[in-house]
Amino acid sequence: MKRAFPILAVLTAALLSYGLYAALIVAPTERTMGDVQRIFYYHVPSAWTAFTLFFLNLVASIVYLIRRNPKADALAFAAAEVGVVFCTVVLVTGPIWARPVWGIWWTWDLRLTLTLVLWLIYVSYLMLRRFSSSGQTPVMAAVLAIFGALDVPLVYFSIWFFRTQHPQPVIGGGGSIDPRMLHVLLINWAAFSCFAALVCWSRYHLEVLSREVEETQALESLLGAESSR
Amino acid sequence: MSSSGITRATLTKDLRLEWRSKDAINSMLFFALLVVVIFSFSFDPTAEESRRIAGGLVWVAFLFAAVVALNQTWARELRNQVLDAYRVSPAPANSLFLAKALGNFIFVTVLEALMTPLFIVFYNLRALGPAYQLLIVAALGTWALVVNGTFFAAMSVRTRSREIMLPLLLFPISIPALLAMVEATSSILTGEYSARFWIVLLATYDVVFTMASLFLFELVLQAE
Repeated sequence: MKRAFPILAVLTAALLSYGLYAALIVAPTERTMGDVQRIFYYHVPSAWTAFTLFFLNLVASIVYLIRRNPKADALAFAAAEVGVVFCTVVLVTGPIWARPVWGIWWTWDLRLTLTLVLWLIYVSYLMLRRFSSSGQTPVMAAVLAIFGALDVPLVYFSIWFFRTQHPQPVIGGGGSIDPRMLHVLLINWAAFSCFAALVCWSRYHLEVLSREVEETQALESLLGAESSR
Repeated sequence: MSSSGITRATLTKDLRLEWRSKDAINSMLFFALLVVVIFSFSFDPTAEESRRIAGGLVWVAFLFAAVVALNQTWARELRNQVLDAYRVSPAPANSLFLAKALGNFIFVTVLEALMTPLFIVFYNLRALGPAYQLLIVAALGTWALVVNGTFFAAMSVRTRSREIMLPLLLFPISIPALLAMVEATSSILTGEYSARFWIVLLATYDVVFTMASLFLFELVLQAE
């Protein structure tokens, strides 16, 4: 396992640099939107990665509630944190693209709203982890993750109906994607997934280590108090 | 004692405490009143406009006011370690949760009953759609706020800076419920379209999160 980390790191670096090259140079320029469309190669892979990480967080939370394995909790924490970062990238790159193409920064479209609500739920998840005292954090965070997951379909249906009543600008009407564009998109998606796995892995490792340090320190101070008596 | 007996005993105790101190209801009422007044003079809407925006204003005011009451739900039990005593007693956690949620439901409903006339006066409201549906929306919407609010209050009471934690947890999860309440109220007030979809959505939200709370509350109560 330990040896896989540098291999993954090298693979990620290679994929990310090729992905950047492909997105900026190899991919054809979109006819109507022009070069601004190239943000798509970062926006969409970030979104997929963020959703994958949130899903991973949910699975790890459920596993933690059943098995009470602290490692599952550390994984849930790492996935949520990295997921929020990728989700932020999505929410920032979206409006940068939308302004020249749609003429507006933001609209209460189904996908936009769902992403924003997910981001809000996971920011509140991180806040809860930050503000609660250590012993109870894992259970409460896992419970919140389940509540968040239950909320997603409800948000989906409410925005879906909301939108059918209030027509909004349409997303660049349907049609098929150029195979060269799809190729670049998939390369970038692979690169972002590797990158996310890499960051998540080191974050998870850091979390496990810092917990070990905390436990050791607590034990030491306990033993110190014992021996000084 | 049966579990419904425990629910009843806890609920009666909370209602009696509230009846004698009137802490929650007074702070909620005055808070909601302030929100109504501030909204009213910062927007100063005409009757037509207010019909369109009132749904949002009413529910935002009730939401903020409900947080005031919800924050006090469990804080009261921390004094004299009542919550710890409850944890070691064999009483089922869910009866405690139900009692607290019902108590909050009663408080917020009383608040709504008292505040609605004020809204009508300040915003010059008259429903153009079927007004009886407003009662259904109010009941379902209040339960939606209160069931999750009671649950998250039990979580936030264990954190540092607990007063601020509750809205941070409650608001993101409540977005679909809030949207449904606001849209249902607006559609009834303007009478332009049917509120049926939103009422069904609210009912679904209530069922889903009541089940989830009852299922998970014991974990939160026993979390160490």
